[in-house]
Amino acid sequence: MHKEADIRKPLILGDKTYRDITDDVIRPIESKAPRTWYILILIAGVLAAWGIGCIIYLLGTGVGVWGLNKTVEWAWDITNFVWWVGIGHAGTLISAVLLLFRQKWRFAINRAAEAMTIFAVMMAGLFPLIHMGRLWVGYWVFPLPNQFGSMWVNFNSPLLWDVFAISTYFSVSLVFWYIGLIPDFATIRDRVTKPLAKRVYRVLSFGWTGNAKAWNRFELVSLVLAGLATPLVFSVHSIVSFDFATSIVPGWHTTIFPPYFVSGAVFSGFAMVQTLMLILRKAYKLEEYLHVKHIEYMNIVIIVTGSIVGVAYITELFVSWYSGVEYEAYAFLNRATGPYWWAYASMMTCNVISPQLFWFKKLRTSLMFSFFMSIIINIGMWFERFVIIVTSIHRDYVPSSWTYFHPTWVDIGIFMGTIGIFFVLYLLFSRYFPVLPIAELKTILKSSGKNYKENYGHGKDYWDSQSEH
Amino acid sequence: MKEIMEEKVIYAMYEDDDVLLNGAKALVAEGVHISDVYSPMPIHGIDPVIGVEPTRLGIAAFLYGLTGTMLAAIGLRYFMITDWPMNIGGKPSFSLLENIPSFIPIFFEFTVLCAAHGMAITYLLRNKTLPGMPPRNPDPRTTDDKFVIEINESENSKHSLKEITAMLKKTGVVEMEEKVIK
Repeated sequence: MHKEADIRKPLILGDKTYRDITDDVIRPIESKAPRTWYILILIAGVLAAWGIGCIIYLLGTGVGVWGLNKTVEWAWDITNFVWWVGIGHAGTLISAVLLLFRQKWRFAINRAAEAMTIFAVMMAGLFPLIHMGRLWVGYWVFPLPNQFGSMWVNFNSPLLWDVFAISTYFSVSLVFWYIGLIPDFATIRDRVTKPLAKRVYRVLSFGWTGNAKAWNRFELVSLVLAGLATPLVFSVHSIVSFDFATSIVPGWHTTIFPPYFVSGAVFSGFAMVQTLMLILRKAYKLEEYLHVKHIEYMNIVIIVTGSIVGVAYITELFVSWYSGVEYEAYAFLNRATGPYWWAYASMMTCNVISPQLFWFKKLRTSLMFSFFMSIIINIGMWFERFVIIVTSIHRDYVPSSWTYFHPTWVDIGIFMGTIGIFFVLYLLFSRYFPVLPIAELKTILKSSGKNYKENYGHGKDYWDSQSEH
Repeated sequence: MKEIMEEKVIYAMYEDDDVLLNGAKALVAEGVHISDVYSPMPIHGIDPVIGVEPTRLGIAAFLYGLTGTMLAAIGLRYFMITDWPMNIGGKPSFSLLENIPSFIPIFFEFTVLCAAHGMAITYLLRNKTLPGMPPRNPDPRTTDDKFVIEINESENSKHSLKEITAMLKKTGVVEMEEKVIK
């Protein structure tokens, strides 16, 4: 048996057996959904329906129904796109990077975070598609032989790199997620008694057997996929940042963008994981699998990435002054003190100042405070993208075309709608899919389960006396 | 007419992975051949004991990745250099090598795409796991909290089934079943 030092806190609390893990994770799937689930999905469904209505109106009428004008030709659409892609970064980061670093605490959050990733990337992908205006020619982004003199798509353009990056990221994340789900679906298949559920999970589990060779392959496939997904995570948001960084617009034209966007993405992704998991652990009574220690680890990632983002903001300001380019300097001066000062100030407060509060152990181990902060960070990161996109272009070189962006009800409706669609998908996931990786949790039970850790080291009752969890 | 082969199989069930691992070691030391082990999660260290070779899926993934890089290189050379060279922002469009910096992102993405999907498809096919396939684990509890060793009679000419059963009983088995497979 693998023993672990006592400086490592147990990851699974309570007196758990293998059977308990199965029971605890599958219970919400087997039992009836609580009333709150129906209320939540109703609210999310209404929002989603409203959003879909707005999208249909947009497609039927044209992009003119958005608040865009000839100076600000990118605003909420691309802000929302980058915001959702950023959120979609935590899942694969948790499952890939933390797997390579052998971080066992990831098992408490990886399944739900991967689901979040997939739904968030779906929402992200929606925005570039609808901002084309003509959704039905969306396939033009692929290099297909065509009747226009065989004009190919421009492979020198970061917008096309984005097509490849986002679609690769989405499909690889989906595969990664599903390969992990197969053994857990098999567990559900072998347990449920209702004939319809049994048939559905039988199809979903792909006939998983769980023999030694299959597990041998499973572990290698997870490792290699993690190895492939790790550079993928970093490349995707770097490429998203190239959309701006390779342009010559002052405020966008910055070499710091790739690392800055990647850490911003991880920052916002972890915040969204906190928002979702803090609710999920309570609603599904998973407090013994996802406790204060896990929340603290995530908050530490938030401090690190938040600080990187803060340094990047300040570096940008410094370089704009130090470069001596007056256009560059004006772009940043205008960003901080111009008509959009309020957006810049909210970004700075939410993303740079507030995460520093997590240096206090009391705050980073407080669940209420973590939940509150996760919402603040999500708002802050939306503002970051808005600030980068809109404040850089709303005052262009000709002062007569300076303008201010006002979102219309369609802008707001579509953004709210994507939040609705996201939550509908997430609620369905949490109801019918195992929200924790059952098989993988069983592999860490003996090394990180409280009852097993009590058999050596500090011995019985030691962990209960540690008031932190 | 071919004779229908009948084979006897023993399924020995354990409640704990470490007990199973020790049991398997003891059996293998006696010269018993274990056909397979079914478990709800990977049992670390079982593979060398029962003779499961390391999988070659990693090599496959590498080859799929290499295929992806090459396809991307061939495709981009054709689209951007041979078929329709485009002068975009003065970026050189005369040879693949000159234009390569702006092709790197797509080379990379396509490599990952092919490696990941190629490996995933191979993995599903090799495991015989596809939508709608029937489950083949001997007992539904092996995906929950039970661990099962499978021993085939035909693979063990040295010992009779009785001897094997006696050996198994000493290793902490909780349930044993003999099945005839046609």
